[in-house]
Amino acid sequence: MYKVIYDGSREKKDHKTVFSSTMMDLIETDPDVVYLDADLMNSSGTMALWKKHPDRAFNCGICEANMMAVAAGLSLGGLKPYAHTFGPFASRRCYDQVFISQGYADNPVRIYGSDPGVCAAFNGGTHMPFEDMALMRAIPQAYVFDIADGVQFEWVLRKVKDADSGVQYIRSTRKNNAAIYAPGSEFEIGKGNILRDGTDLTIIASGIMVGDAMAVAEYLAKEGISIRVVDMFTVKPLDVDLVVKCAQETGVIVTSENHNIIGGLGEAVAAALVENYPVPLIRHGVEDRFGQVGSVDELREAYGLTPERLTELVRKALKRK
Amino acid sequence: MDTRKELALKFFASQIRLETFRQVANLGFGHLPGSLSVADLLAVLYGSKMNIRPEEPNWPERDIMVMSKGHAGPAVYSTLALKGYFPMSWLMTLNKLGTRLPSHCDRLLTPGVDMTAGSLGQGISAGLGLALAHKVKGIDAKTYIVLGDGECNEGEVWEAFLFAPQHKLDNVIVFIDRNLKQLDGTTAEVLSLGDMAVKLEAFNWHTQTIDGHDIVAISEAIDAAHAVKGRPSAIVMNTIKGAGVKELEEMEINHHIRLSSDMSERGMKVLEEAHAALAEVLREHNVTPIPTALDRE
Repeated sequence: MYKVIYDGSREKKDHKTVFSSTMMDLIETDPDVVYLDADLMNSSGTMALWKKHPDRAFNCGICEANMMAVAAGLSLGGLKPYAHTFGPFASRRCYDQVFISQGYADNPVRIYGSDPGVCAAFNGGTHMPFEDMALMRAIPQAYVFDIADGVQFEWVLRKVKDADSGVQYIRSTRKNNAAIYAPGSEFEIGKGNILRDGTDLTIIASGIMVGDAMAVAEYLAKEGISIRVVDMFTVKPLDVDLVVKCAQETGVIVTSENHNIIGGLGEAVAAALVENYPVPLIRHGVEDRFGQVGSVDELREAYGLTPERLTELVRKALKRK
Repeated sequence: MDTRKELALKFFASQIRLETFRQVANLGFGHLPGSLSVADLLAVLYGSKMNIRPEEPNWPERDIMVMSKGHAGPAVYSTLALKGYFPMSWLMTLNKLGTRLPSHCDRLLTPGVDMTAGSLGQGISAGLGLALAHKVKGIDAKTYIVLGDGECNEGEVWEAFLFAPQHKLDNVIVFIDRNLKQLDGTTAEVLSLGDMAVKLEAFNWHTQTIDGHDIVAISEAIDAAHAVKGRPSAIVMNTIKGAGVKELEEMEINHHIRLSSDMSERGMKVLEEAHAALAEVLREHNVTPIPTALDRE
């Protein structure tokens, strides 16, 4: 079970630290775990892992296509590969290798695509994937995780270790998000988490937008508006039952994601609703635009990934009820 | 290599050619010439070099062959069927809906096929990953990877050429099927590769260049490659696309061909006559052919 500790404060530990310490532990406790990176070990905090375990941590250089198919081969050889690079290079740069050598050939690899969406900040538009979930969702039997906080990140990294099928794509910032879960929280893959109950509307959020959704729900509660907040950290396979339940119980839904509204969480939820229990829906996210440089806060402002914009959309959605 | 062994392997190669031609002729179209160009290599690998158990295809310590030029599936299937991985009758299902033998190699469908290939450039990377897994697990097995020369247009191949020496993968041999042709014409016309051996040497691969239709040369090059420690080996095989059937060899564009019934008959006749002549030589030298599934049929 998970315990929600959200109070608006930031996490103390950044996700780079979570990732590097978890990978070190996984490699040291399971002889089948191997790690690959594409010249971004310094960025992912895995330099120490590389130095300490050069026989099982491999720097592939700036060759993402080769890395992803090598990872498939390692999987085929009975190992449990994890591969990291920035989100755009972990998805669109090597999409065919992930699709064919990992997905189609059924050689599961655990992929960490770091700094999704606006988290790419000053690296700008070339490094800013608003489409990685869309790409990965389109791979049959793939799993897509959009990480809300470090507790969840570590749990997912450990959980997918023993996945015996399906591309496992995990997107997460390297920095800190709002703290959502108490340490030791347990989750279930493919199940969304109700973080806060409500009756008037449900916000289904993922990744960095989960904290914003909680903030919006708290703010609107003061006006007597009761918002349910769901952390849909498994974007694929989507928890369709929970989406339908929220539609039935609250009558209107707003999705919120650090991704293009095309192809991501919002579209997945929309499809589930239309096919099962149509209610009004508004998708909050990046509205079909490319990335650019800026601080995360400036970019959130530029793309409307803010509590203010989410509040606006929630009010708009409530009127459609 | 003694003459008797050479003859037995030549005979096996001839069987692979014959069954490959029969398979594609039965369907009426396919990647036949690029399959024929690797027939001699497959004969040497499966006829004498590879440590395999056809009755136990997933034996963990087996040597592995990755046909990175996945469109040479028909040659691989003939070889595997002859070795007894699956019934010979499957060969007549090539590329038909629901088949276990699709146009491009698929590890989930065909016993004995270890890696899916077809999207060019990926087989070499996956093969290197497998070889790396063998190193991690302490398994003393070889990985043989077959690349097309046209396939070397893919950037990923050159990433892999950098990767293998960096990780000292001396348990790998990469064969370049240098038949000088790709889909739209010659490799020189489309995207010139230049001297592959020079390039591979510059990438720090132990490199040999041989006649890819010379059984003895293939065998000796593999032995020499196995003796190399600390870096991977490449064998550039000069080959002919369509080797063994003059009519196919002489077609200007012959990556994927349609076979009329006349062409099929003529091709089969050429290969059957060559095979019968070889059988006669084997009898003269009192050589026992390499056992195949055909012995039981």
